[in-house]
Amino acid sequence: MSPLLDVSNMRVRYRTAGRLASVVKRMDDPFIDAVCDVSFSLEAGQTLGLVGESGSGKSTIARALLGLKDIAEGSVRFDGRDLRSLDARSFNAVRRDMAMMWQDPVGSLSPRLTIKSLVTEPFRIHGREGRDLDEEAARLLTMVGLAPDFGARYPHQLSGGQARRVGVARALALDPKLVVADEPTAGLDVSVQAEVLNLLSDLQKRLGIAILVITHNLNVVRHITDRMAIMYLGRFVEQGPTQAIFDQPRHPYTEALLSANPEPDPDAAKARVELSGEVPSLRDRPRGCEFHTRCPHARDLCRTVAPTVTKDAAAHTFTCHFPLLPPQPSPR
Amino acid sequence: MSEMTETTLLSVHDLSIDFFRSGAKLHALRHVDLEVRPGRIVGIVGESGCGKSTLASSLIGLLAGNAEIVSGSIEFEGQDLARLSTRQMRAVRGRRISMVFQDPMTALNPVVTIGRQMIDIQYREKRSSAEKRRIAAEMLRTVGIPDAESRLSAYPHQFSGGMRQRICIGMALLMEPALLIADEPTTALDATLEVQVIKLLKELQQQFGCAIVFVSHHLGTVAELCDEVVVMYAGEVVERGAVRDIFRKPSHPYTQALLECDPARIKTPTRELPTIPGTLPDLAHPPKGCIFRERCPKAFARCEVEAPADYAAEGAEHRARCHLLDGKARGTA
Repeated sequence: MSPLLDVSNMRVRYRTAGRLASVVKRMDDPFIDAVCDVSFSLEAGQTLGLVGESGSGKSTIARALLGLKDIAEGSVRFDGRDLRSLDARSFNAVRRDMAMMWQDPVGSLSPRLTIKSLVTEPFRIHGREGRDLDEEAARLLTMVGLAPDFGARYPHQLSGGQARRVGVARALALDPKLVVADEPTAGLDVSVQAEVLNLLSDLQKRLGIAILVITHNLNVVRHITDRMAIMYLGRFVEQGPTQAIFDQPRHPYTEALLSANPEPDPDAAKARVELSGEVPSLRDRPRGCEFHTRCPHARDLCRTVAPTVTKDAAAHTFTCHFPLLPPQPSPR
Repeated sequence: MSEMTETTLLSVHDLSIDFFRSGAKLHALRHVDLEVRPGRIVGIVGESGCGKSTLASSLIGLLAGNAEIVSGSIEFEGQDLARLSTRQMRAVRGRRISMVFQDPMTALNPVVTIGRQMIDIQYREKRSSAEKRRIAAEMLRTVGIPDAESRLSAYPHQFSGGMRQRICIGMALLMEPALLIADEPTTALDATLEVQVIKLLKELQQQFGCAIVFVSHHLGTVAELCDEVVVMYAGEVVERGAVRDIFRKPSHPYTQALLECDPARIKTPTRELPTIPGTLPDLAHPPKGCIFRERCPKAFARCEVEAPADYAAEGAEHRARCHLLDGKARGTA
């Protein structure tokens, strides 16, 4: 069976100078590649986590999938159709099956609409009138664990966790096949964060939706995703089953990212891999391996030759000349 | 009232703060006790709305205009900060107590160079401008900004977020304060930069010897950085003690619940993470008895009628406001 979402060699570019400016300044290439050569697939009912620091291109992938940003190269197949070949009208029809949960739970809700009109807005946009919107609103709010009388409230009357639930209800209104969740727990306290994550897992189990989670929070990724991909400067440096990557990261950047996750334990062994310096600019990508400027293991080869993708069993891929050692088979 | 020992730098006693909002009084802090010894790092943890930022702002006299200190004292170097005039507070703020804010993007003036801002902050010192500039450059080097001398003439937008937070920390330490208040200084930063900033704070603390009050909701960074921890819930300090006692032997049911639902602690992947059911109480009308009672899995009859005192818990100077600890507390309360 072909996967629900299949992305191969996707490239997304942003223009950094206007058309005129780029001519005047004689810029050869007035673009930056925010997403570069990214490939992944996602099966129905599965969760993929995209992890990386600010500016690594995670949210750009989401925007490109949902048609909010043009894809420069590569192909995106969703539910058996090539999204790049569709005209606007047929894309809109496909778009119904993809829902987005935005990063800012309160900011993504219009302050002047009631919760009821917010959760039923997808029906109005996608022309599925004829349904009883009151009934639908009550159904959706109940599904995400809010009392139906929340429908009469306005976004400012909700707490962060409640607003997030409304975001989930909106995303699920049209029974999508794919939900893209951009930082679903940003700004939430740990106790509320757990509620939202449990809700997502529970709904996934019941409805069989595929979820693409974008986050920098590794604790979230560990608990709710099946597979994860680590991004650096718009590229995947490592991708594979979540548990395998947590057990033994193969790329030094993944290792550093995992170890930069402070344990809530004062006596935790702090085997920390420290990265020096800061993320380079996308306008001026380092030569060779793009991570070599910060990599603790960088050697001469890394400074000149870009590494290729290595693939081991279980579809665990990584892009590194000198990958960390794979786990030794345990004696048991 | 003052039980300040010689080894205490800051002693907050029975501090209560109200906010006035549209005719209602919000009891944002209630009977808060806090002690900070010189050179120690004290973490204040709790969820949104627990009053940790209010407490931090009260220490440096930056409370919002609608806040009122209803009771209590903030003893610092022989003065009660709660009773100081605006002018007296100004002499303390920035010199003896300084602060690093959450968002390094907005903490610096965008239209003034870093060098100018770092020179201006030394306005009280009788130094020549050249000397102030030299000290500013030296501080930039100390916080790890490469090429410090020439970067003095750069503007804030020319630095990345991590760099800007380093600059803010450097500026806060420029006057060698006795107490540094850091309000969620790493929340706006990425994980790898957060780790760098935590390490920098630790090194600087050793170099300058100042005490740090570190406000955070991130249990991992608190466990890593702090010597002591204060746990707040709904405007009260529910538990305080050494960092090991808090993380190893949490004695208040809220602390226990908070630690349990941190997914970082749960190593085996699960799709059913523990939560703390219920919501924060209405701080305009805090319930009678224990503040955590409505969400507490261990609540019993006494919790409904009587607010718990500060009982001693297992470990040195480990205290928690929970009736379950009554009895162990005999002789000390």
